[in-house]
Amino acid sequence: MSRPLLYLSYKQDMALLNTPAKRGWTIALAVGAVLLPFVLTDDLLVVLATACVAAIGAIGLNIVTGYGGQVSLGHAFFLAIGAYTAAAISGDPDSTRLIGFGITSLPIWLLAAGLVAGLAGLIVAPLAARLRGLYLAVVTLGLVFIGEHIFKHWRELTGGVGVGRPAAVPELFGFQFAVDGELFTKAQKLYLLMLVLLVIFGVLARNLVRSRTGRALAAVRDRDLAAEVIGVDVTRYKMIAFAVSSFYAGVAGALLYVMIGFVEPGSFNLGMSVQYIAMILIGGVGTISGSVLGALFITLLPRITRELPAVLPFISSSSGSGGITVFQVETILYGLLIIGFLIFEPRGLFGIWIRLRTYWKSWPFSH
Amino acid sequence: MNEFVATVVRGLGNGSIYALLALGFVIVYKSMRVISFAQPAFMMAGALLVSYLVVSMNFFLAVLVALLLVALLGAGVERLALRPMIGKPVFVIAIITLGVDIVIRTVVNSFIGLDIRQMGDPWGLGQVDVLGVKIDQRHLATLVTTLVVVAALFAFYRWSRTGLAMRAASSDQEVALAQGVSVGRVFSLSWALAAALAGLAGVFLSTGIGLEQNLWLTALKALPVIILGGLDSLGGAVVAGLSIGVVEALVGSYGGDLHPVFGGDFFLVVPYLLMLLVLLVRPYGLFGTREVERI
Repeated sequence: MSRPLLYLSYKQDMALLNTPAKRGWTIALAVGAVLLPFVLTDDLLVVLATACVAAIGAIGLNIVTGYGGQVSLGHAFFLAIGAYTAAAISGDPDSTRLIGFGITSLPIWLLAAGLVAGLAGLIVAPLAARLRGLYLAVVTLGLVFIGEHIFKHWRELTGGVGVGRPAAVPELFGFQFAVDGELFTKAQKLYLLMLVLLVIFGVLARNLVRSRTGRALAAVRDRDLAAEVIGVDVTRYKMIAFAVSSFYAGVAGALLYVMIGFVEPGSFNLGMSVQYIAMILIGGVGTISGSVLGALFITLLPRITRELPAVLPFISSSSGSGGITVFQVETILYGLLIIGFLIFEPRGLFGIWIRLRTYWKSWPFSH
Repeated sequence: MNEFVATVVRGLGNGSIYALLALGFVIVYKSMRVISFAQPAFMMAGALLVSYLVVSMNFFLAVLVALLLVALLGAGVERLALRPMIGKPVFVIAIITLGVDIVIRTVVNSFIGLDIRQMGDPWGLGQVDVLGVKIDQRHLATLVTTLVVVAALFAFYRWSRTGLAMRAASSDQEVALAQGVSVGRVFSLSWALAAALAGLAGVFLSTGIGLEQNLWLTALKALPVIILGGLDSLGGAVVAGLSIGVVEALVGSYGGDLHPVFGGDFFLVVPYLLMLLVLLVRPYGLFGTREVERI
């Protein structure tokens, strides 16, 4: 009988599911996630579907920031590009007000959204590759402001401030996801679709980061000069990181507004970028599963705080009635969580999981 | 011609607000090598405190008290949230300041409410006639105050013992420690100074037009300013702040009829575009020091 943790080859060690526990838990998680739509109410499923999409975006940010070490505050810009590419491609071609091509097939607009955003990432990358650290963070932040300005004024594409335009229509070979069907409701269908997409993009990202490219990115992150000395083409890998990250952002942006069915150009602001940074920090920098955990956490946070007034009577659920409101509690909590995680558990939720795992693995010993 | 001069003065007025904000960023950067994204929160806090204090005291006294309180807040934040993070990657520390900003700003916003708060300043929207050019009093007041503050700050850095300690800590922390400089105190002082400067900027920003929640976005304009001037250059911050203010005002006055595509509020993104252009040519800004790399 083979011993479970004895690896005889490099390939075995680098396998995606290299331990029996991982295999078991992955299967259990997958089954659980697929069964969820039959247990939960529709409004919760919509939140979870949004969380799945946010997770795709967070994975993208983690590739450039967590693995590549290039701090980007410009994620909202690439999300916006994806959202509007998808919306324009699947938009109504007869509309006089908005650009639309009427191609509603999901794979087409999804890929197009990713590719256009990825291309935008490639255009920005040469500038970004010249800059280091916080200079880069501020430049990408500038990108968000410039993007916000363009999207607010390009009315034919975005519909303008306060008006917006319909989001992309999810349709696969004639099957409509965003309509209530006989077997499944709209929320159930959308949740399952987003879940499948998250798994696909998650596995792709996991494969990328455990490959030669991923190792090169980690080398650039840890010390770019040293990486260059050992033969890593730093500029090239920075560009790859930006392109892939923007591709993921584009895909996430395209899907993000499918649930609500509506995109407003004002929403792609600095706050959104910070939200994605918060996701990867709270989830775990430089891990794919951490990105997913963080996205779930941040997307569910408003939902959790909405339940607070029932427990804590001094929090009011509406403004105007005095006391602190739920929204204020939510934002303050959000800020405190970012600070708290960074000070006490810089590896994020993923780090907490690792600690729990080691505790039980070595139980009853402390190490 | 008169209109041109008036525009330039308006730009200098706004530019000096950017310069004050940028100085705060640069002071924190020099001591910690971190961009503090908490500056907008301190700016709002300063303006808010003045708007409350001015009810019971003279405006100038209110400004002094408010700046003192904001400086204390800045030092407190540094001690609680930043001190435990010494030695961690700068990116992580920068994100902590983002968190601090979110928390403080939410509290401040709940005190501001949805209405515009009046600052009770003596200038309001009044204008003076200088050689036939009508100039807002508040812009003049801002410009003069900024020049005085900047001069005081440079003198402090150049000639005082503490200023020398701060310069030493900024050039090499360990060596400074070995020479008996309390680097921890330098950190506290830098944060207090930066917070007070931001608070002052907030006060001048909201004189005349009043204080409202969206004003915090102006503080972020200091970011292109510091990038343009170079992250670690005090002089660069002042020069870049004033020039961005002037360029912005000129584009605001004359750029409206450039092309309808740009939109009427094109001047709002001009600082960011300028920043991108300069960085294409000089990755360390106009006056920043080029880092020397060692493996």
